[in-house]
Amino acid sequence: MTIGLSHYLIVAAILFVIGVFGIFVNRKNVIVILMCVELILLAVNINFVAFSAHMADTGLNEPMAGQVFALFVLTVAAAEAAVGLAILVVYFRNRGNIAVEDIDLMKG
Amino acid sequence: MENLNLHLVWPEILLAISASLLLGFGVSKTQNRAPLVRIIAIGILVVFALLSYIMGSPDGEAFKGALVVDSFGRYTKFFIGIAAALGLLLAGNYLEREKLDHYEFSVLTLYAVLGMSIMVSANNLLSLYIGVEMQSLALYVMAAFNRDSLRASEAGLKYFVLGALSSGLLLYGISLIYGFTGTLDFNNIAASVQADGLSIGLIGGLVFLLCGLAFKISAAPFHMWTPDVYEGAPTPVTGFFAAAPKFAAIALIARLVTGPFGDISAQWQQVIIALSVMSMLIGAIGALQQTNIKRLMAYSSIANMGYALVPLAAGTEAGVRGMLIFMTIYLITVVGIFACILQMRIRDGMVERISDLSGLAKNNRGMALAMTVFMLSLMGIPPLLGFFGKLFAFLPAVQADLIWLVVLALIASVIGAFYYLRIIKTMWFDEGDTEFVIPVRSLSWTSAISALLLVGIVLVPFIAKSGQNWIALASSGLF
Repeated sequence: MTIGLSHYLIVAAILFVIGVFGIFVNRKNVIVILMCVELILLAVNINFVAFSAHMADTGLNEPMAGQVFALFVLTVAAAEAAVGLAILVVYFRNRGNIAVEDIDLMKG
Repeated sequence: MENLNLHLVWPEILLAISASLLLGFGVSKTQNRAPLVRIIAIGILVVFALLSYIMGSPDGEAFKGALVVDSFGRYTKFFIGIAAALGLLLAGNYLEREKLDHYEFSVLTLYAVLGMSIMVSANNLLSLYIGVEMQSLALYVMAAFNRDSLRASEAGLKYFVLGALSSGLLLYGISLIYGFTGTLDFNNIAASVQADGLSIGLIGGLVFLLCGLAFKISAAPFHMWTPDVYEGAPTPVTGFFAAAPKFAAIALIARLVTGPFGDISAQWQQVIIALSVMSMLIGAIGALQQTNIKRLMAYSSIANMGYALVPLAAGTEAGVRGMLIFMTIYLITVVGIFACILQMRIRDGMVERISDLSGLAKNNRGMALAMTVFMLSLMGIPPLLGFFGKLFAFLPAVQADLIWLVVLALIASVIGAFYYLRIIKTMWFDEGDTEFVIPVRSLSWTSAISALLLVGIVLVPFIAKSGQNWIALASSGLF
């Protein structure tokens, strides 16, 4: 069996769903939420690279665009993690813990 | 350097360079440079707003098609720049009193505006994503700007988590669209959609993309962050959130649905209508029992985003025009309202309960009058400008045979009238002895001017007419 485009897409979709569910179902720790966000971004990157490789094979369209996009996503993910952890540190200083169920000062 | 067309993006270059320079300039061990940085930043934002009009820059594409400059982008950038400049101006007094006056605030505003500017002129899914992220990363930090306050850091954390999730949805949508059309460029996507027709992956990508953007305009069911972030963030930040980013994100949605996906309107129309209906109803009903005025404004903004999506659902040029008229008037109102909320300061600090407004008509008649104008305008009572905003917003939907949607919008408006009227009643008829301290001039003048604009523009046919022509020119840029 050869590994084709659809296999990559299925893996990416599974990772994406795990990430989204992790954000909503997780009730323990905010760090886990940050990891789930990274998981989502990685799923997207797999998508981009798989599509890009597929296009390069078939000689269609703009294969390079997907790889460039994946690099941009990596960069932005790093920036996002930095900002997220900084906010988390500020929150921890004020609250003393980072349990998700304790983030309930305001009911939304 | 052929094809870069740098002369088209001078406003963005100005913002990028000046924000970075100010970041370095603000560092000083001996003196507090925050007020100076703020004044410079306000100046830069005003110049940014006017620059593309002053230079009379032609339409065109910069960076080999990554950014597009047209009358639509110029118009939205003008109002984003002005709204951000006013946001900084209003923030000054608050930041000084709350001992939050760090120069980074102004720099973050500049970066956020740069991101919004890239969003509204994006012509490529990559520049769209970079713009959205640039804006969001700056806004996350601004929400948590009061880092000693538990509420503010909780607001920042919630905004970050849900914002990151929305970026994830947006990106997943972009990757599907890229995979199924083979390109990131808006023009090529439109061509590919026209040539190959629909595929299930493209529709899925479009839905993910719209959901990601719906987070940014806080349309229901992606509105969960809005009330908490509005309540927890420092008040000037809330005012900024309610104005410029919403305008940028909805302008981006307008560009997306009329540009690359203009040919498959039947697909995105359902999404837009669903978002619109849910936002209007949740915004109107959720606001009924709020006692905090910032939370109330959060639900009000959710409802107003629902109204702004009604004309977009029509997908016509008149629809885009209606959306622009509505959003412009909403922007004027919101800036005025937050100038009023920032005046709610007693000797011990800020107050933000609605009941603190009771007896305002006796103690501070000017502010009560201005607030009354804003509330009546949000309700859509003629002859205030808010009425015309809703008129021009709902008319295109009627013309596009979406009458039931307009009926729902009117029902939501009537429900919404209840809580706007309650504020008016609290100010004029309830007894109270909350005495606000005398506000600084920038606050009272801003609220007075925006109230006057809402009352006055209709009375001066010349301005109303030329404003309409200006917006018509802007909306024609998309078609």
